[in-house]
Amino acid sequence: MYEFVRGPLVWIAFIGFFGGLAYQLITMARLAKKDKVVYATFDAKFGLRSLFHWVIPFGGRKMQLHPVYTLLSYAFHFCVIVTPLFLMGHAVLWQESWGIRWWSLPEGLADVMTLVVIFGCVFFIIRRLVRPEVRNVSYPSDFLLALLVMAPFVTGFVAHQQWLPYKPMIIIHGLSGVLGLLVIPWTRLVHMLWFVFTRAYMGSEFGAVRHSRDW
Amino acid sequence: MADLQDIAIIDPGVDDSIAKLTPERIEKTINRVLTQECAARLEVYLQTCVHCGLCAESCQSYVSRNGDPDYAPVAKVKDTIWEMVRRKGKVDAEFLHNAARIAFIDCGACRRCSMYCPFGIDISYLIMTVRRILNLLGVVPQYLQDTTNSHASTMNQMWVQQDDWIDTLMWQEEDAQAELAGTRIPLDKEGAEIMYSIIGPEPKILAQLIANMAIIFKVAGADWTMPSTDGWDNSNMAMYSGDFETMGRVERLHWERAMQLKVKRIVMGECGHAYRGAVYDGPRWLGWTKPPIPMVHAVEYYYDLLKSGRIKVARKIEEPVTVQDPCNIVRGRGLHDKLRYVVNALCEDFRDMDPRYEHNYCCQAGGGLINCGPPWKLSRMKSNKVKAEQIAETGAHTVITPCHNCHSGIEDIIGHYKLGCHVSFISEMLIKCIEIPQA
Repeated sequence: MYEFVRGPLVWIAFIGFFGGLAYQLITMARLAKKDKVVYATFDAKFGLRSLFHWVIPFGGRKMQLHPVYTLLSYAFHFCVIVTPLFLMGHAVLWQESWGIRWWSLPEGLADVMTLVVIFGCVFFIIRRLVRPEVRNVSYPSDFLLALLVMAPFVTGFVAHQQWLPYKPMIIIHGLSGVLGLLVIPWTRLVHMLWFVFTRAYMGSEFGAVRHSRDW
Repeated sequence: MADLQDIAIIDPGVDDSIAKLTPERIEKTINRVLTQECAARLEVYLQTCVHCGLCAESCQSYVSRNGDPDYAPVAKVKDTIWEMVRRKGKVDAEFLHNAARIAFIDCGACRRCSMYCPFGIDISYLIMTVRRILNLLGVVPQYLQDTTNSHASTMNQMWVQQDDWIDTLMWQEEDAQAELAGTRIPLDKEGAEIMYSIIGPEPKILAQLIANMAIIFKVAGADWTMPSTDGWDNSNMAMYSGDFETMGRVERLHWERAMQLKVKRIVMGECGHAYRGAVYDGPRWLGWTKPPIPMVHAVEYYYDLLKSGRIKVARKIEEPVTVQDPCNIVRGRGLHDKLRYVVNALCEDFRDMDPRYEHNYCCQAGGGLINCGPPWKLSRMKSNKVKAEQIAETGAHTVITPCHNCHSGIEDIIGHYKLGCHVSFISEMLIKCIEIPQA
């Protein structure tokens, strides 16, 4: 089982993940031709200007009004992307499999970043339950997705700390990670792909077309 | 929970129409719009929204109604287009009744929410798509539909007949001459530099603004004209009722008039949605990337006149004033700085609003809302509480409103919330302030 998770399943995960994103991109590129204003509106300068203001923390009024939430969300998103990429445990696997070597995070830091992700997911779930305007637009899938994102981080952390038997834990970790990657293109987690385009589009609409600012 | 009083409002344009619909027609129409008229934007916005609710506090209706979750922008789309998509068009009468209320009254397509959504989702576009669907089903608030009907048959918003139009212009020309001898309103002057266009309500209920502008043009030495026939109205209620076909016809005629008169640009009066319709929504529907000649909003024109010295300020308004940043010319055209230049040039004691510029709260009168008429006025007022507070906080006696809908909307707010102040168009202040050289 471990060999399967460590080997073929990784292939399936990446092919599914990248393939799914590619499919979405191609489909959307075609649909955008049908929605005639889209390509006509996109403007590199104003799209990037808006992206810049929304990627830099506190780059816009919304973020300035909610400093605690902003910091939490930034920390979460930064850690959820950077931790899996630069975790030493993963880097070792890359090197073993394909001889690729790259820099990895110091273990203590990786531990903290993992806890940030877990805390972030728990925060998002609680927020979704407690804030009426968020609860009102929540479906079961919203909670499931948060748990799905959290799962590989919890299981990875537990496995690494060896609080439970390592082998089964790492298998569950692998499975949950693969599941997470596979569903991204087909669920609201695809916002990681679309963010750039929707933000750049609105930046172009406000900036290039309407000479105003969207942050 | 959405306001029960609002839910109970029966509007014949909405409810009588719904009663005539069959489930088959509803399903067919919804699916046709979703698959034929919508494409990438709808798909991406549905996929990308992570239901975070960060848009909630951006909306004046949400804030004014004490954070009622049903008024958050995301809730508005959840209760309309998400359900239409999820149920593949199989929605019932009660759903349509609520969808009409949400799309035509609770949301004015002001786009403030797109500035608070981290993804910049165009919620206004989604709501306008709901209006489009409802229009094709014949479900539109009665008063709003009436203005669209007027556009369809007279090409103007207020059933102004051809002879009424010319009579009104002649009358205003005489009034203007009483102020400044020799003032003319040149009709159909081919090759003039400027075609001046106004909104339908002006000849009907605000005719004095036409005389104001004639005087300002004369003082500035402008080479201008107005069309004597249909196409003079730059307003476009069809844009807001979802009747995009009529919207296109109205805009096309407006631009064609300007091309027939061979003018270099159109200067328009103080209106917000007219700019949006003429420069963005109309041309897009007509398949143009941009209009054939520039459209200059009144604020921008006044700025040019004052900056260049073509009109000079003789006296300033002394009482405290504040300014409304109309959604369609600020978020919609970035005219906030030029607006403030003009206001500061004319007024001694200008107290700015907070938040301002693109972050100003919508008056909930534009976007077709006030045009839905008396049945919905109280509902609008409930969504306006934060706006009333914003105005009161400035301590101003006068709110300068360079937009007809803001003007009427804020007038309603002042009355309802007993704020004790007044509204004013910029042209009214210009007439009071500028040097009017007598021959």
